[in-house]
Amino acid sequence: MDLSVLWFLLLAVLWTGYLVLEGFDFGVGMLLKPFARNENERRMLLRTVGPIWDGNEVWLLTAGGATFAAFPEWYATMFSGFYLALLLILVALIVRICAFEWRQKIDDPIWRNRWDWAHTFGAWIPSVLWGVAFANLVQGMQIEIIDGNHQLTGGFFSLITPFTLLGGVTTAALFLTHGAVFLALKTDGEVRVRAGLLAQRLSIGSLLVAAVWAVWAQLAFSSNVFSWVPLVIAALSLVGVVIAARARREGWAFALNAVAIAAAVALIFSIMYPNVMPSSLNPDWSLTIAGASSSKATLQVMSVIALVMVPIVLAYQGWTLWVFRARLTGAQIGSATGLHPFRERSFENVDR
Amino acid sequence: MEALDLARWQFGIITVYHFILVPLTIGLAPLVAIMHTLWVRTGSERWLKMTKFFGKLLLINFALGVATGIVQEFQFGMNWSEYSRFVGDIFGAPLAIEALVAFFLESTFLGLWIFGWDRLPKKVHLACIWLVAFGTTASAYFILAANSWMQHPVGAVFNPETGRAELDGVQGIFAVLTNSTLLAAFPHTIATSWLVAGTFVAGISGWWIVRSVKAGRTEEARLTWRPAAYIGLVAMVIAGIAVIGTGDAQGKLMYEQQPSKMAAAEAQCESTEAAPFSLLTIGDLSNNCDSSTRLLSVPGLTSFLGTGHFSGPESFLPGVNDLQSEAQARFADQFGPDQDYTPNLMVTYWSFRLMIGLGVFSAVLALAGLWLLRKGRVTDSVWFSRLCLLALPMPFLAASFGWIFTEMGRQPWVVAPNPANPVDNVYLLTQQGVSTVVPAWSVLTSMVIFTLLYAALGAVWFFLLRRYVREGIEPEVPTSEQLPGQPEPTLSFAY
Repeated sequence: MDLSVLWFLLLAVLWTGYLVLEGFDFGVGMLLKPFARNENERRMLLRTVGPIWDGNEVWLLTAGGATFAAFPEWYATMFSGFYLALLLILVALIVRICAFEWRQKIDDPIWRNRWDWAHTFGAWIPSVLWGVAFANLVQGMQIEIIDGNHQLTGGFFSLITPFTLLGGVTTAALFLTHGAVFLALKTDGEVRVRAGLLAQRLSIGSLLVAAVWAVWAQLAFSSNVFSWVPLVIAALSLVGVVIAARARREGWAFALNAVAIAAAVALIFSIMYPNVMPSSLNPDWSLTIAGASSSKATLQVMSVIALVMVPIVLAYQGWTLWVFRARLTGAQIGSATGLHPFRERSFENVDR
Repeated sequence: MEALDLARWQFGIITVYHFILVPLTIGLAPLVAIMHTLWVRTGSERWLKMTKFFGKLLLINFALGVATGIVQEFQFGMNWSEYSRFVGDIFGAPLAIEALVAFFLESTFLGLWIFGWDRLPKKVHLACIWLVAFGTTASAYFILAANSWMQHPVGAVFNPETGRAELDGVQGIFAVLTNSTLLAAFPHTIATSWLVAGTFVAGISGWWIVRSVKAGRTEEARLTWRPAAYIGLVAMVIAGIAVIGTGDAQGKLMYEQQPSKMAAAEAQCESTEAAPFSLLTIGDLSNNCDSSTRLLSVPGLTSFLGTGHFSGPESFLPGVNDLQSEAQARFADQFGPDQDYTPNLMVTYWSFRLMIGLGVFSAVLALAGLWLLRKGRVTDSVWFSRLCLLALPMPFLAASFGWIFTEMGRQPWVVAPNPANPVDNVYLLTQQGVSTVVPAWSVLTSMVIFTLLYAALGAVWFFLLRRYVREGIEPEVPTSEQLPGQPEPTLSFAY
């Protein structure tokens, strides 16, 4: 197999890692306001992803860095072409990180509430925009060749079409389901019951939206008969999520939803193949795997490093999930731990 | 303003901002790991308190460091797509390796450390913070490999078919990862980070020593804050010596690899032997040397920084005027006869001096601290407390000015030509690297948004750090309030 094709597959793996793992982080973040009924439940929601969200997010940085290393043309064309969309995603990710880490530092309801709104924004925006971005990679963009370089000249609004918007709705629905199923898997007591009920409803919605989008993608944009395979797998696993959610089999529901997200990435990449950025203006202007890739030496170096490191990363991230495998109950969450914003501990009057 | 200027301003702003947070994380993670180790080894409550106290500060800082770092990963493609096309074959690899080797490690094990106090065996839990410390240092190595390559490209060949710089075979990556520029920049950066964190720990602990003694809590000062201050002071002394040694090595390399940066450090227009080092210069802000008057010059010092000789023919230092004519002659075919090859002399001159000068605050704090806290003493002197607070921000500023000097000193190049391979075509002007499809208003929009967002988050970061520093430590750690089997950390590091 050609190394650049191997890297095309590896990038699909990295994006799968990102969307499967951050998918439930985003889902939990999106549910923070509508699902949790009180402070204790909000803390519980945050605590389910607390130890792992940061490691999950690194999959995005790795996908970005790997695109830069293996397909510099793709990296340059996509990120300069998706400029404003990416700006929005970055702002969302930034405030979400701070909302995670700083929310509990100050014991004040107004402070916490503001960070929760920031978190909501930081979870919804990327959940929708990643779908829009990937739908563009399926649909094709206004790519031209200027001075021998591929350039995306359409700007932000060329990226918004009915198909790509539906793509954004699809990822948001998948992540919401993913988050609800994850909560049902990680909590106990009343929250678990409610999350299970919510997952039941959401899984039906995400099945419908995803089915419409995937069939549309296949019929309108795929010239590749093999992309039916991931499409069927995705459809079957989404049906499986609906069944498992009804039966309250939380582990199965979570695993099948992860498979569905992975199959969706496989569908997107198999429709794109052999392009990485198809041009909607002229098929000859599409950026191909071969045209976008690095030199052979770089791909060889990167292959060795990736094939050594990715299993190691998977091993210790898996171990982390295992360490924090216990379900959470409301009683364990305890009371707030932050400081009062201004009233400091009276220092002089404390006796030793 | 054109897209080029805006993109340069934007990259400068977000990178300087990122690097306010980075050195504290790189230096503080190992210092917290040392405190945690001392707790595990001695079982003494004081080290647990210090681990908790500085651990919280580390986490407050780490969050914003991660948040601002994310932008950097995508910034190259967004604003500098033509640069990314030209160098991606080489430049992308260290970035990807950084994520695979370092980012995963630090983020995963930091989560384990924060939430693992009651889930992990003591020693495994301690290993987590050491892995975080290792990850932060390793990430610095790989990202500096990328930056050092821009300053001094090695392991690269120019491919005339694609018009790109490409890796010179598989062994090219070893050249990139053992670049002489990198081997000097990496220890310098790490030493600086330890100096920043050492000053941070010593300054905060010193301030608390004075505060505790004044409040009549001499025991707390003696038993808890003084040992912590000592860890900071020792880190400062070791780091300070390392900063000077590695800085000197970098000067010698710069003389060989980037002579115009060396000349710009002293705003030296004419080539000369025994170039002096002036402490102040008064003049206008143009790159015109005739308008400036130098004051308080140390004879031959600039020559010594670059060549190791104060005087004589070996101390010859080319000036920017000669280097400018040389470059114009050499690149006339490619960039026309009028291209300017001189960095902004005012910025390089002053950032170089401020970088060195601001280090003095740490030196004074270290000497004062070591003297006042000798042989188990504590102090209640008000001037020491003020010195502690005054010294806190200075190494941060010094680190920023050092980077401003390094990056502004390579202008107009974004990939500086390597003088050892003068014909290999691996160089790029900054103006050639900017994205061509991104209109200026887009860059302006993102610059305004990032600047305002960062300013707001920076204010919160400062508020939180100050609030947590002023809270101090609890007079006594309450015995674990947990019920058996209750999986909530004794250390309230949870969200």
